Amino acid sequence: MTVRKRDGDGDRIRIGCGAGFANDRIDAARDLAERGVLDFLFFEGLAERTLAQHQLARAANPEAGFNPGLIRRLRAVLPACRAHGTRIVTNMGAANPRGAGLAAVALAREMGHAGLRIAVVEGDDVAHLMRPETRLTEGGVLADIAQPLIAANAYLGADPIADALDACADIVITGRVADPSLVLGPLIHAFGWSRCDWALLGAGTLVGHLLECGFHITGGYFADPGRKEVPGLAWLGYPFADVRADGSAVIGKLDGTGGLVSRETVLEQLLYEVGDPAAYLTPDVTADFSATRIVQTGPDVVAVTGGTGRARPDRLKVSLGFGGGVLAEAEISYAGRGATARARLAGQVVTERMTVLHGCTDLMRMDLIGVASLHATAQSGPDAQDVRLRIAMRTADPQMAETLVHEVETLWIAGPAGGGGARGRITPTVMARSALIDRARVTPRVEVLVA
Amino acid sequence: MTRLYDIATARAGDKGNTSNIAVFVRDPAHWAAVCDQLTADALRTAYPALFRGPVTRYVIDHLHCMNFVLEQSLEGGVSDSLNLDGHGKSFSFLVLDLIITLPDAGDLEGDAP
Repeated sequence: MTVRKRDGDGDRIRIGCGAGFANDRIDAARDLAERGVLDFLFFEGLAERTLAQHQLARAANPEAGFNPGLIRRLRAVLPACRAHGTRIVTNMGAANPRGAGLAAVALAREMGHAGLRIAVVEGDDVAHLMRPETRLTEGGVLADIAQPLIAANAYLGADPIADALDACADIVITGRVADPSLVLGPLIHAFGWSRCDWALLGAGTLVGHLLECGFHITGGYFADPGRKEVPGLAWLGYPFADVRADGSAVIGKLDGTGGLVSRETVLEQLLYEVGDPAAYLTPDVTADFSATRIVQTGPDVVAVTGGTGRARPDRLKVSLGFGGGVLAEAEISYAGRGATARARLAGQVVTERMTVLHGCTDLMRMDLIGVASLHATAQSGPDAQDVRLRIAMRTADPQMAETLVHEVETLWIAGPAGGGGARGRITPTVMARSALIDRARVTPRVEVLVA
Repeated sequence: MTRLYDIATARAGDKGNTSNIAVFVRDPAHWAAVCDQLTADALRTAYPALFRGPVTRYVIDHLHCMNFVLEQSLEGGVSDSLNLDGHGKSFSFLVLDLIITLPDAGDLEGDAP
């Protein structure tokens, strides 16, 4: 039997974002928890590849596999959240929501919050349902990938989060859920929205989408000096939304924080990582952002209405992670007259030795940072006098990765004139792919742990 | 001739090997010209070596913005690409570098209003 507890003032709840990615700032989250008088605070911390990296961590240590900064983040906000009755929702449970829940239980006891209810949401791990013939969204089947599958997690939606809140959870910790569901779950719980009222679910998903990247809507990722000024960029405040039972929302941030909330910051986030704005697919709804209205009603206050939606998709997205590879990157700089030509020659030397002497068949990319790097595939730049050669390679052979770094290092002595600042690094990588799964095959589970 | 940078803003994101670049026109007076000229074809042909797959444009007329979805445009995506910017976050500024022809008096650097 679930117990429904209403939050907010009945017709309005305030929900804040205290992390828009795995390692987001904690100081501003504490500030929002302390001064925001929030009903809900959520932390979003899972990118496409993150979960597979956490699966590797869990394989090495059964108690690990969740966001290592989660406990530090909870420690920073918990006193204020308890004082204001703010409930916390996060997907930072990553590959081990239960492990994160147990760590949160220990933290709550240590901080004098015995009795705190911490819900863990599981059931997103569908690795056992993957088959060699499972089709990949990118084309082909799972068996086409030579590297080992290390993670397969279905995107869960808002339902188990709402269920956990209905069961009086103070903190809800999930693994893979769709980012906007971290907001929609609390809204469903607080307003008692029907789980098939597509228009409301679409409106709530819009609010979730706007908040999920945190600083993205309060002036982060926006500034362009002389054209788009952002005051106090070093001191951005996290956003919150005051949401009404009809799904309309007002986006704001705390007084005294840096950044800005404007029609333009909201607009830029509206389409961030969206495909068709009229058909934004989540596990909860096919959301429609195309009739969104955005009105600035005051300084750092923007009203958002018009989000709607249609029936949810029958299939859930599964993010797959394959391991076993490394990324090798090695760099060296050339400056002054002829720098571009010397850097280019250095790259040719390394490429020739890697292929002829070492028999390397992995693809190598050569960038001339300062001439053409990020956009090198699109266009070439002018000659420059301060150039950094970067050579990058992905390989399943760690020895070949070492060899690349070593070959660049030898340019100190044996390369063109005047090279300096050689550096190299080798990073284990996860290759991401995706698949679809019938939602009936995925069963979310909610369990409440008591501190 | 006006550079898009002078009349619009943009933000780019990624999903797998698909890039999305949203363009926001700042002055409604410029919307029609941008809408006419910044088509999916225009974007694909501007950077053919990078934007290798189908390009779809979605327009939200009343907000004066458009969203480009560019398949096979991230050199495999962040987990496969050798590009320093595997997410293609900086693609926003590739688009803003394109040129738009505004109708006569609308040229920003041109005649006084």
